[in-house]
Amino acid sequence: MTAIERYAAPQSLDEALGILQQGEVTILAGGTDLMPQTKAGRIAFKPTLLNIGRVAGLKGVSLDGAYLRIGALTTISELLRDPLVVQHAPVLAEACDQFASDQIRNAGTLGGNINNASPAGDTLVPLIVLDAEVELASKPNGSVTTRRLPLAEFFTGPGRTKRAANELLTAVRIPLPRPGHVARFYKFGTRPALDISTISIGIAGIKRDGALTDIRVAFGAVAPTPVRAPRTEAALEGRPLDAEAIEAAADAARDEVNPIDDVRASAWYRKELIHNMTRRMLDHVAHA
Amino acid sequence: MLLTHDIEFTLNGVKKRLTIDVTMNALDLLRDVVGLTGTKYGCGEGECGACTIRVDGETRNSCLMFAVDFDGRDIVTIEGLAADPKADALRESFVEHGAVQCGFCTPGMVMQASHILETHPDADAETIKRGLEGNLCRCTGYKKIVDAVESACCGAK
Repeated sequence: MTAIERYAAPQSLDEALGILQQGEVTILAGGTDLMPQTKAGRIAFKPTLLNIGRVAGLKGVSLDGAYLRIGALTTISELLRDPLVVQHAPVLAEACDQFASDQIRNAGTLGGNINNASPAGDTLVPLIVLDAEVELASKPNGSVTTRRLPLAEFFTGPGRTKRAANELLTAVRIPLPRPGHVARFYKFGTRPALDISTISIGIAGIKRDGALTDIRVAFGAVAPTPVRAPRTEAALEGRPLDAEAIEAAADAARDEVNPIDDVRASAWYRKELIHNMTRRMLDHVAHA
Repeated sequence: MLLTHDIEFTLNGVKKRLTIDVTMNALDLLRDVVGLTGTKYGCGEGECGACTIRVDGETRNSCLMFAVDFDGRDIVTIEGLAADPKADALRESFVEHGAVQCGFCTPGMVMQASHILETHPDADAETIKRGLEGNLCRCTGYKKIVDAVESACCGAK
């Protein structure tokens, strides 16, 4: 293990980004993933440990024009009870309700869940179907610059993202829902709390005259990253949400996921879960 | 060579100033540095809740927390709760209902249960079960624990 040579707990974003710019930094937020990962030796500390927990302005939910803006340090508990989230992104609150335990929700942050980049990360699938984007800040030439990236394109593998080493994920932005917007989340685990998803499903779209348009379907824990399901989306887009369309979409879903066998389930079982639960969720949407 | 850092925090109402290794976890600080062994080391990875403490009023797993994060915060452990008259009814209810066997999970259970009572004064059994979902017990089968919390919640039965 590399010895830690420096610990910093800055209060300003400017200072935090300056430290990141110097390189070789481990970022600490809630610590609920970092603590067990470093303890088990799965990841090693870099020479600088940067505790961003005190950086001002990275916490809280606000309306930002046509977007809901969620600071990266907002905890899962805060999301669960935030009136703006409950109003504009209830599917995210629903996922947060199935996230670990009270003690972990009180510590774990949204930015941490995203940066941990687990294929089974509970907030990722609902955020993807809500067209969320991440805001990444850095200070490459002495001044702060920000870029935005759709969350659906952010993940590159288990634990890996497009965040550059000198960047800090500062916020998540979700477009405010349009009229007719529907969204659903489903997570399968062997018990509600503290279980990593066997699979998870997110579905969103605009429902009008019995059909869905602008459909987003995403799956968790069936690939190295959370994934969009374009063939499932195409099977549904604009069609009346009848039994035939729902069955076609559920079949497409089963065919387009490529899960692995692991301790939580076999690949076959995951594919069947995806098929059956996609069908059940679409039934619910059709009859809602 | 370990890197150390100075932290200042309130522990059960008393100001503390310590110099600690920056990678130390909060549970080790409580048990090994300040000698408060009421908080238990169970699974060490946030699954069992035996190490539950309060940080600025919210329950956390101390095994998942870096001790440097105590800096500037208000920490309450089971020893602090023992001095809190508001928790008397809850402790008595645990005893009355036999919600204790080996006792290892009990400090974490009581910490989390007291938090449930404060945030949901009228909690029903379902709310209590949801609130305790991060706390494992290998002896009692949970029923007596849930009964104990429910009874403390709605006043003595």
